[in-house]
Amino acid sequence: MSASAAVAVHSLWTTAAEPAAADRIGAPAIEYAQLAPTLIVVGAAVVGVLLEAFVPRRARYHAQVFLTVVALAAAFAAVVALAAGGHATTKAGIVAMGAIAVDGPALFLQGTILLTSLVAVFTFAERRLDPAHHGHRVDSFAAEAAAVPGSEQEKAAVKAGFTTTEVFPLVLFAVGGMLVFPAANDLLTLFIALEVFSLPLYLLCAVARRKRLMSQEAAVKYFLLGAFSSAFLLFGVALMYGYAGSVSYARIADVVDGSVSDITPALAQTMGNDVLLLIGFAMVLMGLLFKVGAVPFHMWTPDVYQGAPTPVTGFMAAATKVAAFGAMLRLLYVVLPGLRWDWRPVMWGVAIVTMLAGAIVAITQTDIKRLLAYSSIAHAGFILAGVIAATPDGVSSVLFYLGAYSFVTVGAFAVVTLVRDAGGEATHLSKWAGLGRRSPLVAAVFAVFLLAFAGIPLTSGFSGKFAVFKAAAEGGAGALVVIGVISSAIAAFFYIRVIVLMFFSEPKPEGPTVAVPSPLTMTTIAVGVAVTLALGVAPQYFLDLAGQASVFVR
Amino acid sequence: MENLIALLVAAPLLGAAVLLCGGRRLDRAGHWLGTLLAAASFVIGAVLFFDMLGRGAEERELHQHLFSWVPVEGFQADIAFQLDQLSMTFVLLITGVGTLIHVYSIGYMEHDERRRRFFGYLNLFLSAMLLLVLADNYLLLYFGWEGVGLASYLLIGFWQHKPSAATAAKKAFLVNRVGDMGLSIAIMLMFTTFGTFTFGPVLAATGETSEGMLTAIGLMLLLAACGKSAQVPLQSWLGDAMEGPTPVSALIHAATMVTAGVYLITRSGAIFNAAPDAQLAVVVVGAVTLLFGAIVGCAKDDIKKALAGSTMSQIGYMILAAGLGPIGYAFAIMHLVTHGFFKAGLFLGAGSVMHGMNDEVDMRKYGGLRKYMPVTFVTFGLGYLAIIGFPGLSGFWSKDKIIEAAFAKGGTEGWILGAVTLLGAGITAYYMTRVMIMTFFGEKRWQPAPDPDKAPSAEPGVEVHPGEMPHPHESPRSMTIPMILLAFGSVFAGGLFSLNSAFVNWLKPVTEFEHGHPPISAGAVTASTVVVLLIGVGIAYAQYGRRPVPVVAPRGSLLTRAARRDLLQDDFNHIVLVRGGEHLTRSLVYMDHTLVDGVVNGTAASVGGLSGRLRRLQNGFARSYAVSMFGGTAVLIAATLLMRGV
Repeated sequence: MSASAAVAVHSLWTTAAEPAAADRIGAPAIEYAQLAPTLIVVGAAVVGVLLEAFVPRRARYHAQVFLTVVALAAAFAAVVALAAGGHATTKAGIVAMGAIAVDGPALFLQGTILLTSLVAVFTFAERRLDPAHHGHRVDSFAAEAAAVPGSEQEKAAVKAGFTTTEVFPLVLFAVGGMLVFPAANDLLTLFIALEVFSLPLYLLCAVARRKRLMSQEAAVKYFLLGAFSSAFLLFGVALMYGYAGSVSYARIADVVDGSVSDITPALAQTMGNDVLLLIGFAMVLMGLLFKVGAVPFHMWTPDVYQGAPTPVTGFMAAATKVAAFGAMLRLLYVVLPGLRWDWRPVMWGVAIVTMLAGAIVAITQTDIKRLLAYSSIAHAGFILAGVIAATPDGVSSVLFYLGAYSFVTVGAFAVVTLVRDAGGEATHLSKWAGLGRRSPLVAAVFAVFLLAFAGIPLTSGFSGKFAVFKAAAEGGAGALVVIGVISSAIAAFFYIRVIVLMFFSEPKPEGPTVAVPSPLTMTTIAVGVAVTLALGVAPQYFLDLAGQASVFVR
Repeated sequence: MENLIALLVAAPLLGAAVLLCGGRRLDRAGHWLGTLLAAASFVIGAVLFFDMLGRGAEERELHQHLFSWVPVEGFQADIAFQLDQLSMTFVLLITGVGTLIHVYSIGYMEHDERRRRFFGYLNLFLSAMLLLVLADNYLLLYFGWEGVGLASYLLIGFWQHKPSAATAAKKAFLVNRVGDMGLSIAIMLMFTTFGTFTFGPVLAATGETSEGMLTAIGLMLLLAACGKSAQVPLQSWLGDAMEGPTPVSALIHAATMVTAGVYLITRSGAIFNAAPDAQLAVVVVGAVTLLFGAIVGCAKDDIKKALAGSTMSQIGYMILAAGLGPIGYAFAIMHLVTHGFFKAGLFLGAGSVMHGMNDEVDMRKYGGLRKYMPVTFVTFGLGYLAIIGFPGLSGFWSKDKIIEAAFAKGGTEGWILGAVTLLGAGITAYYMTRVMIMTFFGEKRWQPAPDPDKAPSAEPGVEVHPGEMPHPHESPRSMTIPMILLAFGSVFAGGLFSLNSAFVNWLKPVTEFEHGHPPISAGAVTASTVVVLLIGVGIAYAQYGRRPVPVVAPRGSLLTRAARRDLLQDDFNHIVLVRGGEHLTRSLVYMDHTLVDGVVNGTAASVGGLSGRLRRLQNGFARSYAVSMFGGTAVLIAATLLMRGV
C-alpha cells in the first residue's frame, strides 16, 4: 500500500498535532492544566502516604476515605472541564514533551476510570458487613498486612482494631497509573504507567482480612506473572526502538508508514527492519493482552479474582480493563495502523480463542468470583472484536462497551460482598441457591447485572455488545461476530443458571445471610444498576458521546 | 336512528355483565332482569324495523361507527355496525325467539339454584349473536362468532356436574375451533387480498380478484360455516350438545347459533357468486348434511336427539339453498326464519314433555301424552306440521321454494339436488311423524323413574323419587305462552312471507334475487313434494301407529344401528382424527426427545465436557501459567511473522 493512501486512511481516526519542537535541549514544558486529572490523583496518593505517617491511627480511616473520594471527584471534574474546554476534540494535543496525549479517547477513558474507581472506593470503605472485631468496625482488609497469617502478631493487630488504611493511597497510585496508561504517547511512558498501576494492585490483592493465605497466593501469582509479562513488554519496547529509533508513537508510526527518511546513525543496522517491528509489536501486544486477560494470557485472572479481597477484585476487573484496552487502542490505532494487515489476523485468533474459552470454561465454575473472572475473559474477547474493526465506530463502540462493562462489574462484585456466612463471603454457588426467596431485592439486583453481562436488551450489556458487534461486522469481521454471538449464547447459559439458582431453587437451611450494607456499598450498587439500565434503555446519548470522543491525536 | 344499533348489542351485554358479576344478591331478580333486557333488545329491534320499513328499499341500510379499535396505518379495525334487511331479519329472529326462550326458561329453570348464572349466559349469547349479525366487517363478525362459541360452551356445559355435559361442551368447543380456524384464515386471506375487512369494500372488490383466491376464501368460509352450523364434516357436536338444558337446545341449536353459518355464506354471497367451485362445495355439504341429519333423526329414540338430527337436516337445506346463489339466498334465509319458529316450538314442546315426564327423554317410554298435555300437544303438532311442510303452514312455503330452486340449478346437478331435497322432505315427514306418534299417541309406555344413584341423569332441583311413576301434567304458563306464540309463527309466518313474494322483495337489495326456472313446472314440484310427504307419513304411521311401539328398541337393520350411532361419526373421528392425532403427537414427541433434545443436549454436553477438560489447564501453578503465556507469546510472534511471510 502506498504511503499516501495509508495516511488518508489513518486520518479517519487521527488528527495531526502541532509539530514537535525543534531538537534542542530546553527545560521541559509541562502543561499542568491538561495533566490535572493525573496530577490530582497522584498528588493525593502522596498526601495519603503522609497521612499514614502523621495522622493518628483512629482518624486515618476517615481522613483517607475523605481524601480519596475528594481526589477522585476532583480529578473527574478536571476531566470534565478539559473535555468541556475542547481538549477532547479541537484542542486535542500532545503534552509533557510528547509523553502524554490529551484527546477524546484519553479523556473518555480517564473519566470512566475515575468514576468507576470512585464507586469502587465506596466498597473499599465499607465497614458494616463483617461483624465488629473486639468492638472495632472492620472492612475487607487485613488488620495488619505485614503480619504472618495466624500469627500472634496478627491476633494482636486484630485485637487492637488495626485496619489497613494504606489501601486508599494504593488505590490512588493505581488510578494514577491507569490514567496515564491509555494516554501514554510513547512506549516508555506506557511501561512506567503499567508498573505504576500494577504494583499497587499486587499489594492490594494480598491484604484480604479473610482467607489471607489465598489472598497472598493470588498476589504472589499476580506479581510473578505480571512481572513476567512486563518483561516481555519491555523487551518489545526495546525491539521497537531498535526498529524506529524512537519510542515516540508518532515517530514509530511515521517509520512504519515509510514517511521518515532520516536514520539515526547508531541504529542504521536495524532501523526499518520489519522483523524487529513485528516481534516487538507482538511482545508489547502480549503485555497488554495480559492486562486485559485475553487467552492464553488469562490464567492469572480466575486465581487472582478469587483470592483478592472482593472490593479490590471489582476495582481491578473494571478499571484495569478500561486502562489496558485504552492503551491497546492507542497502540493499534495510532502507532500501528500501517501494520493492521499484520495485526488484524493475529488479533482475530486471540479474540476467537478468548471469547470461546472464557464462555466455555465458565460453564463448569462453582465459585461466583471465578465465574465472574471467566465472564470477564469472555468480555475481553467481545471487546477485542470491536478493537479489530479498525474503524472510528470500532473506537467509539469499545469506549462505550468499557464504560458500560465497568459499572456492571463493580456493581456485581459489590453484591458479592453482601452475601455472607460465618466464613466471610459465601462465594460458592451452591450457597446462592434460593437467594431470591430470602432476599428478593439483592437477588433481583444481581440478576440485573447478570442479564447485563449476558447482553439482554434494556441493559447496558446489550447496547455495548450490539455496538461492538456492529462495528466489527462493518469492519469486515463478520465471522468474528458469528463466533461472538455463539459465545454469548454459551455465556448466557451460565449467567441465567445463576438466576435460576437464585430464584427457582429451594433455599438451603444453613444458607448465607445477606448483610445490610452501609450507604457506601448501597451507593455503589445503586449507581451500578442505574448506569446499567440507563445505558440499556437510552444508550444513544452515551453512544454519541463515545462517538465524539473517538478521534486520537497523533 | 342508527345510533340505536349499538344498544341492540349493549342491552343483553349489560345484562350478562350485571348477572355474572353481580353475585348472589341478584339471585331473586336476576332472571327478570335478563328477560327484560332481552325484551328491550327486541323492542329496539322492532323500532328499527318499522323505521326501516318507512324508507325506500335502497335507503334501508344503516351504519353506525362506534370507535376505531386498531387505528394503525394499513390496518384499520373498527367497531362499526351495519344494519340492513339481512341483519334486520336476524335481529328480529334472535331477539324475538330469544326473548320467548328467556320467558320459557323462567319456568323451566325454576328449581335450578344457578338460574341467575344461566340467564347471564343466555344474555351473553344473545349479545354475541347480535354482534355477529350486526358487524360491518369480518373482524368484528369474528369477535361475535367467538363470543357465540364461548356462550354455547358455557350453556351446553351448564350442568357441568354431569360428565356427559362437560364432555359435550368441550366437544362442541373443540369442533367449533376447527371451523373458527377456517374463518380466521379466510379473514387473513381477505386482508392480504383486499387490504380491509369491511363488508362493503371486500364484497365490491370480488370482481377484480382472481378466482383461485376467492375459491380459497370461500372454502375457508364454508369450513367456518360447517363448524357453527353443524354441517358435515363438523356435525358431530350438535347431537351431544343436547346435554344442555332444553331452552339452550331451542335457542342455540335450533333458532340462532346454528344459523350463523347460513348468515356467513349469505353475507359473503358476492364471494361465492364469483367462485363457482366454492359454491359447488357449499351445495354438496348442504345436500350431504340434509340426508345425514334426516337419517340420524330417524333412528334416535331420544326426543331431543331426534330433533337435533332434524335441525342438522334443515340447516342442510338452508346451506344448500345458499349454495345455489342468487336463486337461493332469499329462500335460505326464509327457511331459516320459519325453521326458527317451528324448531324452537318443537324444542320447547320437547322440554315441556320432559318436564312432565321426570326428565325422561326416551320416546319409547312416552306414549298417549296428548290427553295430559293438550297445549303442548297442539303447539308441538303445529310445529310438526310446519316442519314436514304440510301445505299452507310455514315450512311448506319455504321448503317448497328451496326444492324448486334446487331443480332450477339446471342440468344433472339440478336433477340430483332436486331429488335429494325431495327425498329429504320424505324422510323428514317420516321421522317427525315417528316422533309425534311415539310421544303423543298410542298406549302409555311410562316407566318408573330410575334410581338416581344408578343413572344420575335428572336435572338438578327437580324432585324425582326413585320408582315413582311419572305424573304427566301441563307445564306452567311461562312455558306454554312462548310455545303458543311460536306456534303462531309456525303456522302463519311462511304464508305471510310468501304473500306477493314479500320476503324475497325485502331481502332483494342485500342478497340479490333471480327467479329460478326449474325444468319441470312449479306446480309439479309442489305436487311431488306433497306426495313424498304423504308417503313418509304413511310409512311412519304403518310402522309406529298401527303396531305397538316396543319399550326396548329392537336391534334393527345395519343402517338403523349405524344411524343410532350417528352414522358412525364419532367412530370415524376417533379412528381417523383421535388415533391419527395421537400417533402424530407421539411421533412428534419422539422426534422432540431424540432429535431436537438430542441435538440440544448433545451440544450442551459437549460444551460442558469441553469446559471440564479446559478447566483442568487451570491447575493453580504459576509455572504452568507462565508456560502458557510464554507459549502464547511465541505463537503470537510466529503468527505475526507468518502473516507477513518473512
